[in-house]
Amino acid sequence: MALPTDRKYSETHEWYLIEGDVVTLGITQHAADELTDITFVELPEVGKTYHAGDVIGEVESVKATSEIFTALPGTVLDVNTALAEHPERVNEDAFEEGWMVKLRASSLEPASNLMDAKEYKAYVRNAR
Amino acid sequence: MTATVDGAAPQRTPLYDTHLEFGARMVEFAGWSMPISFAGIIEEHQHTRSACSVFDVSHMGRLVLTGSGAGPLLNRVCTRNLSGAEPGRSFYSNICREDGGILDDVIVSRFEDSWGLVCNASNRDKIVAWLDRHRQGTDVTLRDETAATAMLAVQGPRAIDAAREVANQDFSTLKRYHFRSFEFMGLRIIVYRSGYTGEDGLEVVLPAGAVRMLLPRLLGTKDKPHAVVRPAGLGARDTLRLEAAMPLYGHELSEEVDSLTADLAWCVDLSKDFIGAEPMRQLAARGLPRRRVGLEVEGRRIARQHAAVYADGRAMGTVTSGTLSPTLDRSIAMAYVEAGVSAPGTALEVEIGSKRAAAKVVKLPFYKRPAGS
Repeated sequence: MALPTDRKYSETHEWYLIEGDVVTLGITQHAADELTDITFVELPEVGKTYHAGDVIGEVESVKATSEIFTALPGTVLDVNTALAEHPERVNEDAFEEGWMVKLRASSLEPASNLMDAKEYKAYVRNAR
Repeated sequence: MTATVDGAAPQRTPLYDTHLEFGARMVEFAGWSMPISFAGIIEEHQHTRSACSVFDVSHMGRLVLTGSGAGPLLNRVCTRNLSGAEPGRSFYSNICREDGGILDDVIVSRFEDSWGLVCNASNRDKIVAWLDRHRQGTDVTLRDETAATAMLAVQGPRAIDAAREVANQDFSTLKRYHFRSFEFMGLRIIVYRSGYTGEDGLEVVLPAGAVRMLLPRLLGTKDKPHAVVRPAGLGARDTLRLEAAMPLYGHELSEEVDSLTADLAWCVDLSKDFIGAEPMRQLAARGLPRRRVGLEVEGRRIARQHAAVYADGRAMGTVTSGTLSPTLDRSIAMAYVEAGVSAPGTALEVEIGSKRAAAKVVKLPFYKRPAGS
């Protein structure tokens, strides 16, 4: 499993790319693989504000429906609208083409509770 | 052998190592470690519709009944009329409780000197106990051959060709729901013309110790895969059977529903005596209060099991299975709804997450394979 080392990871299998106060998030390749073929991604409205730990979207596969959480609070700047037509991009490339939401973070403090790539890798292995 | 108890490691089929070799994603299902997918559920689904897939279905229970009382016992517990069943024939049937609730759906096969019964993995212990209870005082011996054998489903329009290459036998002359039992390389093999995908195909039972030796002839190896035949997992099996509107125990079928409500009247003979017949006769006379229907759901979201179904804002039913149909590229579901809103064309709504989506009752099945294929 090749994990980008420039991100943070949550126990609910989201990834966070933090650039200043702009945070891009999506679900990990592991999560996408576990869900199997993704058929639908529900993303938030631009301009909406979320607290840390809120449900920010939903991802659905032929097998299951799963919520997407944001570990960081903030306001939605942009969403990956291409996923409406091509939800399969999350399976194909969860870390790049499959990004989901860009937030302007109101606090980066909760990021200290997130895992780095090495820790997330160990977390996934132990969960098996 | 008994089913896995809570906390125990799941059982492995004889093909466990082969699944890992082919890169399967494994899940626990009914106490067994089974492949959910290999290349991807949708890809495997489409490959089955267009070519040929092999599914490991060794987790399903395989029982053998012998003795002069075996036929009469099966005819008493099964909804299907098995009297006069000729050797070489198989029968889809339900086994029901006294009140008509479905204990399991099974395939019963008539051999020259015995009967075979294939049941769901999750219901095997229950069915063994049920048969054991009802055979008391009669000449019936019950043998569980699940662990001693493996079972493969070879499904798709190219299945008959693929099987011919492997076994050097023509199965195109084998009629649907007939089977052939023969020796191959000194091994006893049973080939049934049946399946759970809506495609043409075969289901094969063979000795557990031989399947890893024979499978490469059908499937090739990871490094040298077969040109046409590919492995498929339980995920595709589920989407395929759903398109074909075949009921699944634990979803459409349970002890809370009878065979008539489940739209399986074709496998019920109310003119014979069987366990559960009387309540079903009364139900047939009164009319069914609810029915199993197919739904086409607006949009691309999937209605999941237990989701509520509404008509004019009133809760009128419950979804049993749903998926995004890979063949039709639309959201489909099966549900139980009150009879008054069960006619094809009826406009309904289904609960999806916190929202409701428009849906329409449609005729089942959602998918029927093209004639002549």
